[in-house]
Amino acid sequence: MTHYKEMIPERPAPHRSIGPLAWLRTNLFSGPVNTLVTLAGIVLLYWLLVPTIQWAVIDANWLGSNPEDCTSAGACWVFIHARIGQFIYGLYPSEEIWRINIVFILFTGFITWLGVPGLPYKRGVAIVTLLVFPIIAYLLLHGGYFGLPRVSTHRWGGLTLTLILAVVGMVAALPIGIILALGRRSSMPIVRSVCVIFIEFWRGAPLITILFMASVMLPLFLPAGVGIDRLIRALVGITLFQSAYMAEVVRGGLQAIPQGQEEAAAALGMSYWKRMGLIVLPQALKMMIPGIVNTFISLFKDTTLVMIIGLFDLLGIVQAALSDSRWLGFDVEGYVFAAFVFWVFCFSMSRYSQYLERRLHTGH
Amino acid sequence: MRYNKNALVLMTSAAALTLGSVGLAQADTLEDTLDRGEVRCGVSDGLPGFSAPDDDGNWQGIDVDVCRAVAAAVFGDSEAVTYTSLTAQERFTALQSGEVDVLSRNTTWTTTRDTTLGLNFTGVTFYDGQGFLVSKDIGISSAEELDGASVCVQSGTTTELNLADYFDANDMEFDPIVFDTSEQTVGGFEAGRCDVLTSDTSQLAALRIQLDDPDSAEVLPEVISKEPLGPVVRQGDDKWFNIVKWSLFAMLNAEEYGVDSENVDDMLDSENPSIARLLGEDGNYGEEMGLEADWAYNIIAQVGNYAESYDRNVGMDSPLEIERGVNRLWTDGGIHYAPPIR
Repeated sequence: MTHYKEMIPERPAPHRSIGPLAWLRTNLFSGPVNTLVTLAGIVLLYWLLVPTIQWAVIDANWLGSNPEDCTSAGACWVFIHARIGQFIYGLYPSEEIWRINIVFILFTGFITWLGVPGLPYKRGVAIVTLLVFPIIAYLLLHGGYFGLPRVSTHRWGGLTLTLILAVVGMVAALPIGIILALGRRSSMPIVRSVCVIFIEFWRGAPLITILFMASVMLPLFLPAGVGIDRLIRALVGITLFQSAYMAEVVRGGLQAIPQGQEEAAAALGMSYWKRMGLIVLPQALKMMIPGIVNTFISLFKDTTLVMIIGLFDLLGIVQAALSDSRWLGFDVEGYVFAAFVFWVFCFSMSRYSQYLERRLHTGH
Repeated sequence: MRYNKNALVLMTSAAALTLGSVGLAQADTLEDTLDRGEVRCGVSDGLPGFSAPDDDGNWQGIDVDVCRAVAAAVFGDSEAVTYTSLTAQERFTALQSGEVDVLSRNTTWTTTRDTTLGLNFTGVTFYDGQGFLVSKDIGISSAEELDGASVCVQSGTTTELNLADYFDANDMEFDPIVFDTSEQTVGGFEAGRCDVLTSDTSQLAALRIQLDDPDSAEVLPEVISKEPLGPVVRQGDDKWFNIVKWSLFAMLNAEEYGVDSENVDDMLDSENPSIARLLGEDGNYGEEMGLEADWAYNIIAQVGNYAESYDRNVGMDSPLEIERGVNRLWTDGGIHYAPPIR
């Protein structure tokens, strides 16, 4: 064996492999190209963010109630502040707004109950949410019963209307979609062709056309005196359109379930509905969560299209507010606000769906 | 098969026509309105000075005032109105199908609309027309000096066609700079991409306010197209047609006789026979329309006369500050002329 007499010369300490500096080095400055890209990114961010923050926060006007209160050069959030009630409740009479608030509170309560794991009586609450709550909500919002003054749907608007359109569209489209998807996979020719025709028809037409037909053509074909409320027309149009999309998402999920599952269930002597309800759908629906949420998010944003039939959803009411001659020229603030609200809702839905996927992930 | 197909098309059209005409069937709009307790009025989904919800959610504007005047005439309560916001595309259907009973939505009175759509225009609330907005730096005072100018204009509108017609007719050259939306058009004008911006004068006022420095630009006096805007009702119900028509005339006559919402109570004792007839003190002109004798009194007391409505919504008391111009009364050199009440 050879013995070394000389010690190994001292070497600099190894690069840190943990801590923020190390993270920066490995991720952002690992080579000349990466360093350049990082620097360019920083410049770009600086270039974008500084004026934005300057405009939206530092130079912004926050307090006041009049256009005259907007004195500095930045954003005028006074406009949003002055109109926030209208953006949320539409043109609903101000003394009746408590009715919308009750509906909001009930809805949030039910959804939280259903969404938080571990709370009891889920089945009962779900039935109440789906069957009893819509009736309560309608009676409260529309009124005309139990001494509540009637508020016609002309006065509904803002975020309230956006949520009504989206929630009704989602809740009604899912069951119709499931039935259509099952029908499309059915071996009965009539059922199958009806479902195929329905799905392909509604998927083939753009939503804007459907809304337009519902608002412009339909009234001309109805006899005099028979008027269907504009909101109902829009809701039916959105639901039918959405259920066709939902049907295809569900069909995708159904096809991912191996044939053996259904055959095994059939071998146990289960009826069609039991096979579907107990074996196939529970497995399929779990897989479909990303697809379903994706459809929901897109529906939530699509509701803004009702603007073309003169319904004031959130975006519509912002635009109407922008045409008040006192508040001309605050377009950017209005649209930024609307975009922000939409983003908050869509992002929450997306996060919740990811949580749901993790929770329901049982593996196969 | 071909025959069958044609027959099918014919049958469908016939069915559509029958159903359509049922929709237009003679109905007593006044009676229905009285039963309902509200005038159903179609307004725009937001147009500065014409119809837009204010901070408290109440509709305001010169078009809205027509709805309020009709409600005041029918019910003596200008608030008894259900407003339906309508887009430009659906406005006529909404009226034809009976979803609204008055359409007061900055609608230009044209031959086609008056004759083929089964509608009647009841009068003119605002004489609009295409005008020019120029930067004061250029030092132009008349549209006739615009030879060779670059003009910012919104694409796909009649505005673009009128512009070409006007320059052709006056043997002048121009350089069109076309934009898609009105915001972009203003942006282009402000960035100095054109010398002049063209649009309807009612819009120009709203566009001017949106400039960083509104005082740097002015609207030229020339108006190069006719856009008479007025309320519309369904054809075939003359009683209702008369009510809407005379509600507007009452406002114009009130201005002519100097009656406004401030002095209307004092005017009840006026010696002037025209005023006495207007306010229902002499004769009962309301009855002939199916209304109360004080129909015009209610309009003036609750909505005001035409000048008040104009000034409040689009004129000098509003941010838009549109000059009266041709919208003055005939007695002041304008073209608003209401038939006498007698």
